[in-house]
Amino acid sequence: MSGNGSSEPIIICENVNKWYGNFHALKDVSLRVKRGEVVVICGPSGSGKSTFIRTINRLEEHQEGRIIVDGIEMTNDIRNIDAIRREVGMVFQQFNLFPHLTVLQNITLAPIWVRKKTRKEAEAKAFELLERVGIREQAYKYPGQLSGGQQQRVAIARALAMEPRIMLFDEPTSALDPEMVKEVLDVMKTLARSGMTMLCVTHEMGFAREVADRIVFMDQGQIVEEGTPDQFFTNPRNERTKLFLSQIL
Amino acid sequence: MATEVSRPTSRRAPRQQIGLIEWLRKNLFSTWYNVIITVVLLYVIVQTVTSFVSWMVTAPGWPAAFTNIKLLLTWTYPVDQLWRPQAAMALVMLLLGLSSGLWGGIVRMVALGAAVISVALGFVAFTFPDLPGQTSLPGWLFMFICAVLLVGGDQLARLVGNKLRWPLIIAWLLAYPAVILILRGGIGLPVVETKLWGGLTLTLILAVSGIVLSFPLGVLLALGRRSSLPVIRTFCVLYIELIRGVPLVTVLFMGALLLPLFLPGGESIDALVRAVIAVTLFSAAYLAENVRGGLQSIPKGQVEAARALGLNVVQTTLLITLPQALRAVVPVLVGQFIALFKDTSLVVIIGLVDLLGAAQNIVGQPEWLGTPGGVWRETFLVIAAIYWVFSFTMSRISKRIEDQIARSRH
Repeated sequence: MSGNGSSEPIIICENVNKWYGNFHALKDVSLRVKRGEVVVICGPSGSGKSTFIRTINRLEEHQEGRIIVDGIEMTNDIRNIDAIRREVGMVFQQFNLFPHLTVLQNITLAPIWVRKKTRKEAEAKAFELLERVGIREQAYKYPGQLSGGQQQRVAIARALAMEPRIMLFDEPTSALDPEMVKEVLDVMKTLARSGMTMLCVTHEMGFAREVADRIVFMDQGQIVEEGTPDQFFTNPRNERTKLFLSQIL
Repeated sequence: MATEVSRPTSRRAPRQQIGLIEWLRKNLFSTWYNVIITVVLLYVIVQTVTSFVSWMVTAPGWPAAFTNIKLLLTWTYPVDQLWRPQAAMALVMLLLGLSSGLWGGIVRMVALGAAVISVALGFVAFTFPDLPGQTSLPGWLFMFICAVLLVGGDQLARLVGNKLRWPLIIAWLLAYPAVILILRGGIGLPVVETKLWGGLTLTLILAVSGIVLSFPLGVLLALGRRSSLPVIRTFCVLYIELIRGVPLVTVLFMGALLLPLFLPGGESIDALVRAVIAVTLFSAAYLAENVRGGLQSIPKGQVEAARALGLNVVQTTLLITLPQALRAVVPVLVGQFIALFKDTSLVVIIGLVDLLGAAQNIVGQPEWLGTPGGVWRETFLVIAAIYWVFSFTMSRISKRIEDQIARSRH
């Protein structure tokens, strides 16, 4: 609806809190993401960054605070949750492709069953996406027959097939062999430049520097610092950010 | 650009060629005690085999099984209605043949196996006398017709191609009620009470009913046991643990003796139906536990990925977790179906006469009293062979399915 809508946030998180038993995993996390923005979330392991992006499509339930995605507030109503999930694509660290289905079936499954597309439409779209991620020729193979990098690209195509407005990436390159990281990052870069709203948890600082509009640093369940890549890498304000950067750069 | 790469002609690792003598010396006669063991075992094996074979050849009891083949196959099913079991079997054979042509693979293996066995049995059946009052086809002719239906169906389906897919699936779904209808009669056909059924026919009906009915029930129980609703979960756990805690014989007795007391009009419930209910309820509990094992082996990420794509709980279960879980437990499920097939012989104790029951009756027939040593060895060997053919077929199917799954996993 919104012509350019560049100022309008598509994701609003306000004071999101989450506990695992007594462990306070997310502490008053607030974040607004604009349409078309690419936000990279980084931080040491256990800082709650994966948990946070998983609350955005309700793979994790938050106990306090508000999450509004594309104008839909996340409530316990399963219809709201399903509506949000249709708008939000997700790519996982472990790919999570369906091993009993071919690449093509992996990609067309949700469009056919959730979007109620015909098989023909769904397959046409799937081939277009496979072309985009550069593995059209693997369409009839099973995930187990592909390399890790190829599997992750299929996973990206599978998420894109639902034509989501937002893409969440949960450490998409962490389970890959080093020589396969680039092929996945290249796909993500192209996607970022095409104007997709993206939220990426990643340790790939090169990627963050190159395509992120904003970097969010989390530690111990809190957002400690956020800013443009320039600010973040050259002039971090928080001590913990400095320590983190000194360890990984 | 393309540099010539020499390819190995075979993908197998080169094997060292060794002669027979060399192999014998290495594996059987390497030391003095190996020599002794080899010689002793060889003696025992030769003795056993030769005495068994010579007994087989001279055994006087073989006619018992073969002259009573009608009893073994259909027990007291009326002789003038025997065309009905034949029609039912012909229907199944035709569907099997058509499926073979359409789907190939495992189905074709089974169909061709059945065709070969039919032809072989057809030749054996030349020796069978016609029964007095028999209106059905002679056994040998019928077996040849079965083979023709199998092979012909296969060829026909190949000609027609994929158009046949849905009609055939629907035909299979209707085949079970159709077979029961043909055997029992009713609409236009004279009714044949189920108490007249028996022999291999009964065994197969019990086994197929048990497998077909316990499968959905077991899957539902497995899903129920993992449900987040406490009432459903508790019910499923109680049911599964109760049934698994008692032997099948007990469940059969309960079905035969207690069910009529509890259910309205219970006395009139058919004894065969009661046995089917008991076998189904029993098998479902074990099946549920096997399927649950499969469900637990599915990583959490699979469900998360499906939910993140917007699939709802039912779609996630039917499209993602259940298919993977069932694939994972194919060998266990087939093992269970083989066990169920053989366990149906326990219905003898509630008065049904299945294949085993028929054999027991034949052995006791007065005309064999004069046969030295009785005829029970020969008769039971024959029915053992029948059980074996079916069990072995199931086991081969399982093997093929496993291989196919392994191949898709690379």
